[in-house]
Amino acid sequence: MYIYEKKMEFPVKIKQTNPGLAQLILTQYGGPDGELGASLRYFSQRFAMVTPQAKAVLNDIATEELAHLEMIGSMCLQLSEDADIDQIKKAGFDTYYVDHGTGIYPSSAAGVPFTAAYLQSKGDPITDLYENMAAEQKARSTYEYLMKMTDDPDVLEPLKFLREREIVHFQRFGEALRYVKDYMDSKRQFSIDKPDCMKSEPYKSRCTRCK
Amino acid sequence: MNRDCLLKQLTILDFMAVDLQLYLDTHPDDEEALEKYNQTVMQADAIRAEYENKFGPLFSFRSVGGKSYRWLNEPWPWENKFNFEMSEEG
Repeated sequence: MYIYEKKMEFPVKIKQTNPGLAQLILTQYGGPDGELGASLRYFSQRFAMVTPQAKAVLNDIATEELAHLEMIGSMCLQLSEDADIDQIKKAGFDTYYVDHGTGIYPSSAAGVPFTAAYLQSKGDPITDLYENMAAEQKARSTYEYLMKMTDDPDVLEPLKFLREREIVHFQRFGEALRYVKDYMDSKRQFSIDKPDCMKSEPYKSRCTRCK
Repeated sequence: MNRDCLLKQLTILDFMAVDLQLYLDTHPDDEEALEKYNQTVMQADAIRAEYENKFGPLFSFRSVGGKSYRWLNEPWPWENKFNFEMSEEG
């Protein structure tokens, strides 16, 4: 069950309108290494995870990524909502504007719509955890590229926060992988109960297939 | 405390709780971290109660509403007006 809390994980308060920057940051909303893909990836993989630690890590990071998605959407809104037509044209935001106005649509910076093809859910905890560690590094790189695109402290502060979270998540996934590997290496017993018809009397009489 | 100050304290404490909980997921035997986590959650709960009492519910269906339905109060968290400035001291 989910509860929405009416506040940001980290505040977004941007004074300077910059629709071009909004279009670039939007890639962390619905782009290939964005927060939507991250949340959906971990949320989906969670169902196939083994060990309580790995389940908890995927569940909790999937949830936190939704808070990050909200921050990114908020940044794009505040950067673009007061832009006039001249600013929109000059920034090259016009190609986005004609399709979405200043609404927030999940797409990459280049306008490619979000697709579930950005993520995998393999049903193999080791495979999934390696994908997630790579995903966190790819998102970190994206935040670093985005940070080169502005010197506005109102934009840099939340970007820095989000970049740091990618590093923490990478660390936690690495630890979860350790738990899963130890679990895979441990000796475990598997048992399958005999069907009733293979057991000695009086169970035998209960089995309808043997009649 | 005013609204910005309460919200800032709550943001700080909740983030500490998020990060400590995630750490405890993979370090469940770290007693020092567990103690720190427990303290942080208690502090956050106290601030949360004060904020909700003064400015309305934070949760969609976990908060006691009071006499009026304040969930619809503007602004919403994704709007500029809602948030505080990071550069402010305190």
